[in-house]
Amino acid sequence: MAQKTVLRKPKGFMDVYKHKPGTEKDRTHYCPGCGHGILHKLIAEALEDFAVIDKTILISPVGCSVFAYYYFDTGNFQAAHGRAPAVGTAVSRANPDSIVISYQGDGDLAAIGGNNILQAANRGENMVVFFVNNAIYGMTGGQMAPTTLEGQKTTTTPYGRNPLSDGYPMQMCELLNQLTAPVYITRTSLHDMANIRKTRQAVRKAIRYASEKKGFSFVEVLSMCPSGWKMDAVRAQQWIKEKMIPRFPLMVLRDNAENTGPIERPVPVLDPEEVKKVLGYDTFETTGFKKRPGTMFRKVALRVAGFGGQGIMSTGIALANVGMKYGYNVSWLPSYGPEMRGGTANCSVKIQEDSIGAAECTEPNMVIAMNQPSLEKFEKLLVPDGILIYNSTLIDVEPSRKDIRVCPVPITGIADELGDTRVQSMVSVGAFAAVTGMFDPEEIKSLMPTLFAGKSEKVRKLNEEAVQKGYDHVKRNF
Amino acid sequence: MNKQWEYPYPEIDPDICKGCKLCVAACPKNVLVISSKLNSKGFHYSEYVGEGCIGCGNCFYVCPEPSAVTVYLRNYVEGEVS
Amino acid sequence: MPKMLMKGNHAAVYGAALAGCEAYYGYPITPASEIAEAASAIFPKLGRTFLQAESEVAAINMVYGAAGAGKRVMTGSSGPGISLKQEGISYCAGSELPCVIVDIMRGGPGLGNIGPEQGDYYQVVKGGGHGNYRNIVLAPNSAQEMCDLTMLAFELADKYRNPVFVLTDGVIGQMMEAVELPEPVEKLPDKSSWAVMGNAETKNLINSIYLGHDDLEAWNRYLGEKYATIEKNEVRFEEYMMEDAEIVAIGYGSTSRVLQSAVDIVRGKGVKMGMLRLITLFPFPKERINVLPDRNVRGILTVEMSNGQLVDDVNLALRGKMISDLYNRMGGNVPSALEIVEKVSELYGV
Repeated sequence: MAQKTVLRKPKGFMDVYKHKPGTEKDRTHYCPGCGHGILHKLIAEALEDFAVIDKTILISPVGCSVFAYYYFDTGNFQAAHGRAPAVGTAVSRANPDSIVISYQGDGDLAAIGGNNILQAANRGENMVVFFVNNAIYGMTGGQMAPTTLEGQKTTTTPYGRNPLSDGYPMQMCELLNQLTAPVYITRTSLHDMANIRKTRQAVRKAIRYASEKKGFSFVEVLSMCPSGWKMDAVRAQQWIKEKMIPRFPLMVLRDNAENTGPIERPVPVLDPEEVKKVLGYDTFETTGFKKRPGTMFRKVALRVAGFGGQGIMSTGIALANVGMKYGYNVSWLPSYGPEMRGGTANCSVKIQEDSIGAAECTEPNMVIAMNQPSLEKFEKLLVPDGILIYNSTLIDVEPSRKDIRVCPVPITGIADELGDTRVQSMVSVGAFAAVTGMFDPEEIKSLMPTLFAGKSEKVRKLNEEAVQKGYDHVKRNF
Repeated sequence: MNKQWEYPYPEIDPDICKGCKLCVAACPKNVLVISSKLNSKGFHYSEYVGEGCIGCGNCFYVCPEPSAVTVYLRNYVEGEVS
Repeated sequence: MPKMLMKGNHAAVYGAALAGCEAYYGYPITPASEIAEAASAIFPKLGRTFLQAESEVAAINMVYGAAGAGKRVMTGSSGPGISLKQEGISYCAGSELPCVIVDIMRGGPGLGNIGPEQGDYYQVVKGGGHGNYRNIVLAPNSAQEMCDLTMLAFELADKYRNPVFVLTDGVIGQMMEAVELPEPVEKLPDKSSWAVMGNAETKNLINSIYLGHDDLEAWNRYLGEKYATIEKNEVRFEEYMMEDAEIVAIGYGSTSRVLQSAVDIVRGKGVKMGMLRLITLFPFPKERINVLPDRNVRGILTVEMSNGQLVDDVNLALRGKMISDLYNRMGGNVPSALEIVEKVSELYGV
């Protein structure tokens, strides 16, 4: 950077503040002696000096600096109160090469947006946060801020901030310093020239780190609010020195960016062919099986029910999958409510030629009951002539209804004989195939790679056997 | 603006200045004063006494108003900035 | 095209991925968590962003950021989460940011329960947050539509630079059906005229502040005209057995699936019943509803899983020509086809 020959309005500012309404497009809206303008200038100068104006995106907060976007010749967002770090997170993720600046005041950052700043810092988002701490809400007329000093009078602490009621001034640098991810945390002040120059160095460092994608930098700046504090600007500088600095000590709390690698974000895959490949389009089978003639059911409305862990849901899903392969319309709906977190479980499966209306089988024509309570609950919902397959291993009470067809299958027992009760689902599927005649056991077995994707060959083989055993049991006995 | 004084010197836009006096307090040579005159906004603006500036830049960096203060440094070449 | 058995919640994420959605920001909530889970599984494989936000509020503000940066972006939640997001949604609408929000409705008010309900109708269809704005609201009733309408949602969001809701309930979200996966979107729209993309050409401003009263009024008028255009162009509905229907049931989402079954049962008794299934809730198919009484329709029954929120709009659309009856269930209860048939019989003597 060449030696400066003139100190003038930095190019990081707009020539004319075009977004500012009214006629005064050549000056800021800030009160005389306000620290915001000083910090704005340091930022604008750094953006110019590092030649990063065009790739900088500034997030303006809610507070006195809500109109920061009037001034900076960058990309600009105005964010909801406290949310600039959340907005900045997404902006940074969307434009990983840009420099994202979240510019926030104490109410915005430390009160309403307290969690957002902590979490963005904790994620180590690649952004710079400038935190203007002037111990008061300026924009809304001088109310207490989280950083208001003990005893300090504001319009909402007319008798002075009382820690017993209002808590203590929040030290945000110290809070953030508990987190692992941030690379640069510092507190500076605008109360005299030496400290303004230190602030200038901090601003430049933070912006450089952002341009090098080092991660999260946090620069807290103690700043004058002459209007809010009801004193002139020079006196306000004194007040920072005498009152604020003892509570908010000036220091570099962390600076370890030099050893941090640049944060690289993935490049989105948008090419359609590539997308299809990643989503596995080529692995889905598009061909199916021929429907079997002589099927007794045009519509299956099945309820599968039992204990959680008996493979209730997977039985239903497997049947729906198989049905789909035969070209039927299918739906599967889990029991839906608190009971899904343990205890009994049930699901509804529909397999039919016509389009499916309600997915819940309120009047099933078939029930697979895996335990006694399920039998009691769902037997009575069956339509007349409906079919009840029940798990005779665990159910030793005969079903009470006489107007239904009953088919006891020792489902758990068969699975247990095969050496793994987890294959109960496939025993049920085999039994279903035999009862309805809708599915061929060999064709079901050919679907094992889909139904047990990612599982071992051994698991698939075991489940194939389970299908066959369930099928054979029904064929032999009914 | 045309050159007004010997380099280095500060140029303060009397209309933009809000009269906060931060520059006056920050000037190590005490060569900035508050004018007895008011600008169009009713502020007593800051002005350079015309000599004694050493080009430290304090007034520029302490001024919260981006375009109120320009400081032409010792090595400034006329016409560099309009 | 490949066909896959999948949950509605998952289908919405596939739809988003196929529509070129580059970022998902969300917070877990039952019964919408599967959307976040599916996005967390699928998006990173496509180099897209998945981020579990610290709160619902953060999530919608991340959506605001990503949308303002010109990306297709989505979030998903359920009623309580949508309530929290409302300020951010208002900001998106006020700044004309395109984004897609999936709401898998659950029972309310308050903590309510996690059963399916349609109680978010007002807060989603009528705006919900502060100020004069409207969301475009699509109401899928199948896993296939969870995919297809999510894709459409992105298209409409960009076309009108407006938030678009995919509004449904836990039944559609949890249900598995065969989904035919469509072709991915080929080309994404150019947003450089307004988005902020971190370069010299896009030093734009994303903002909803208009300090001047006249300026803000003019902005509201402009938005109003946009909503009127949407009402003109984007009404969508489906008719089932409506040609000769004398009794018309109106519903959306999972309710419409039950209504389809109910219509089949009633038709089986020789009674001419049909169903008007609303696909867009804003724009509301009010002209279609308004002309129902002009033919020999003798009864209109609105069926909803909320306490009269939908029937209000139906009656507004009827403009006094007729009054719709209401049958509703709440609290996680889904009406059964038989209940509806019984109600039809009681009301219209069939």
